[in-house]
Amino acid sequence: MFGAPPAQLRTKRGHAGALVDEVDRSGLAGRGGGWFPTGRKMHAVVTAARTSRKDPFVVVNAMEGEPAASKDAVLAQHNPHLILDGAVLAAEAVGASVVHVAAHRGSRTLSILERAAEQRRSRGLDSVELRVVDAPGRYVASEESALAHFLGEGVALPMTVPPRVFESGVRRRPTLLSNAETYAHIALIARHGADWFREVGVSTAPGTTLISVSGAVGQPCVLEVPTGSSVRHILGLAGGTSGSVHGLVTGGYGGAWVAAGDVLDSPWSVDGLRPSGGVPGAGVLAVLPDDACGLAETARVVRWMAGQGAGQCGPCRFGLAAVATDMDMLAAGRFNATGLANLERRLGVIPGRGACRHPDGAVRFAGTALQVFADEVRSHLRGRCTASRRTSVLPVPASTVSLPVSRPGEEWR
Amino acid sequence: MSGYLVTIDRIACDGFGTCAQLLPERIILDEWGYPIIDPTPVHGTERHHAKRAVNTCPRLALTLQRVHELEPAKR
Repeated sequence: MFGAPPAQLRTKRGHAGALVDEVDRSGLAGRGGGWFPTGRKMHAVVTAARTSRKDPFVVVNAMEGEPAASKDAVLAQHNPHLILDGAVLAAEAVGASVVHVAAHRGSRTLSILERAAEQRRSRGLDSVELRVVDAPGRYVASEESALAHFLGEGVALPMTVPPRVFESGVRRRPTLLSNAETYAHIALIARHGADWFREVGVSTAPGTTLISVSGAVGQPCVLEVPTGSSVRHILGLAGGTSGSVHGLVTGGYGGAWVAAGDVLDSPWSVDGLRPSGGVPGAGVLAVLPDDACGLAETARVVRWMAGQGAGQCGPCRFGLAAVATDMDMLAAGRFNATGLANLERRLGVIPGRGACRHPDGAVRFAGTALQVFADEVRSHLRGRCTASRRTSVLPVPASTVSLPVSRPGEEWR
Repeated sequence: MSGYLVTIDRIACDGFGTCAQLLPERIILDEWGYPIIDPTPVHGTERHHAKRAVNTCPRLALTLQRVHELEPAKR
């Protein structure tokens, strides 16, 4: 669709195609939130396919579970074939004959990708099979082991790792599972080469990246900027911030709050945002208006995140529910110092104790709110909230179920 | 230095708490009854206590894993 790839890229099982080395050299890092080197992941899949003697799968994650993110939807809308080009080329390079493309059931992204795949099929464009799959809408269903489990067994619950998806994913075969934007970059690397890709961006995670900018900005939008662009520059491209800004969400709801004063001059990358406590994550940048209550916003998001878990692991199931209740109390001004100490202790014991990273993300979101809105925390402990806005800012989808379920129900299938 | 790590399958664990009774020097329970495990390797006689906790878990959620060098361990 975007022209012929620069080199013969097809390969057989257990042998890495030329594109794998090219992606490795490009330094491309996964845009789904993990920012793991994609070339290393592809090499791991090839190695696992060789040692297990199983044909690998390729999976495109276009589910975009982060409510404040819209980059993959916008990318699919404007350039669906770039995503599919990358996925097909990646499949050829790792020796896969089937590509699964997963998008949320009923989403526009799903119908766009279905139509694009049909166009390619009718023209006999690809040597690999494209299967576009509608996946359940829960936040944690787009976690990689949950998605691989869904595609293989039909239940989108996270699995205990190891084994990791690259060695045992869909139907226990080695699986290259990456974000939709990542595949679009792979297609461009195949077309223009690793050196071209590295011309922009920071050396540790080169290239451009998509960022969903929302909240108190002139023009909420999805932007493509070189990695390492300053937060101030990104906000400027989105029409600047409206009024004085105190707190921003980076990465998503599994990401982190940052104080505006700490982050405005930080480069948008894992390393660049670290000093301010931020993360690029899934490319979310949401600006909280200065008349909104950061604690009330956090309480709403954490309550939603608590309900979006799979309910499989105790520390996440009970811990996040407890943290959500604590945050509700704090935001309502009905909390005392003992309550706050309990909340802080809970935030300290939950991370790292789930099968997946869902609890870690939600806890980081709550914990960074306490730091960024420390003044507000003190006011709320005295029963006062200085925010004048009474409507909520951060988008939280309506939950289909309010409590984690112990047995998988329909919403997981 | 080689030792043994007590690792846990968080999905399998149902919070029975047997492990914390049998290996209190390494495992405590959080307020919801789920184990918090010391992430450092066990050595020597402690390994027998750890093995007993592993074998007694009603959900078979614990494993004892041999490690050959000191690496950052998962909790």
